[in-house]
Amino acid sequence: MEPQQPQPPASPASASTAVVEPTRAQLRRQASSIAAALVPFGLAFGVLCAEAGLSWLEALGYSSLVFTGSAQFAAVGVLADGGTAVAAIGAGLLLNLRCIAFGVAMAPALRGRLPWRLAVSQLMIDESMAVGSGPTDPALRRYGYLAGGLAVFVLWNASTVVGAVALGGAGDLVTTLGIDATIPAAFLALLWPRLSSQRQRRAALGGVLVALAVAPFVPPGAPILLAALGVVAAGRRGAPAEAHDGADAAGGTGGDGR
Amino acid sequence: MSTPTLVLLVLAAGTYLLKAAGPVLLGNRELPPRLADLVDLLPAPLLGALVATSLLVDAGAYAVDARLGGAAAAAVVLWRGGGFIPTVLVAAAVTALLRLAGAA
Repeated sequence: MEPQQPQPPASPASASTAVVEPTRAQLRRQASSIAAALVPFGLAFGVLCAEAGLSWLEALGYSSLVFTGSAQFAAVGVLADGGTAVAAIGAGLLLNLRCIAFGVAMAPALRGRLPWRLAVSQLMIDESMAVGSGPTDPALRRYGYLAGGLAVFVLWNASTVVGAVALGGAGDLVTTLGIDATIPAAFLALLWPRLSSQRQRRAALGGVLVALAVAPFVPPGAPILLAALGVVAAGRRGAPAEAHDGADAAGGTGGDGR
Repeated sequence: MSTPTLVLLVLAAGTYLLKAAGPVLLGNRELPPRLADLVDLLPAPLLGALVATSLLVDAGAYAVDARLGGAAAAAVVLWRGGGFIPTVLVAAAVTALLRLAGAA
């Protein structure tokens, strides 16, 4: 799940000689505000699970063991639509391929003994990467990563259970209050910061067109998988107009609206 | 084992491998630039497809309901620089109002 923190203030400052690092208190504030922003999304995921016939324990399992919002939505959404297990798993894993890139970005700040690296890897999500990539000092990056990851983990799981238990039985209430509309809106909010880059925009449009074109002919979930072909529409990297793309990369993640 | 539980376990295991790959295996090395570029681009078409299919496709057929109005309102909020919470709340509120007004 990746509604993100605005790129922390250290980045612009790094352009000058004096680098202003965020304080630990600032990193904690970023972590808690981003985690709070995800609560409606966690509630919506719990509701989706209940509507798809999952128990609250299964819902909690997704939020704690998978712990990547968009993949959780994709997988359970495919199941709710009557899709196969293979389609659900494939859609979720494709969405999570980006975690490899996060891991590569954060690895230098997460050095340590193997058990420690194994443990902190579960927190490798958009938000922990976003908070942790603000500072330049490895110790602060590690602090931001852990603060972001842990804050999101706690609130994400708590809101999932509340959504599954308290709101899940109320299917009519969900549609009456428009809570079901929070899911596409959340995906849109996650996508939005990427659209400032032309190549990301082209890739997104390509994915949309592929998904809609194949939707009537393939099983649920498969349109999402096939939409990966949309990256072809982005074209080669390094066209002259793409000088600013590097900033967008950090920020596929950037800007929760701001 | 139920299908959701099976999907949960396989997806959790696969996701964990993706998350841990960097810290555990790659250490300080970088992905090859072409691969890193693809990985960076991939979420955009996937998220776009999720938005489009959740709004416009139902059970393998094109279908539209009040959520489309909610999503359009959400897009306006995002366009105006709104954050995640206002975006989601506006989508829910507009959808609820459209349904109240008798839209599908």
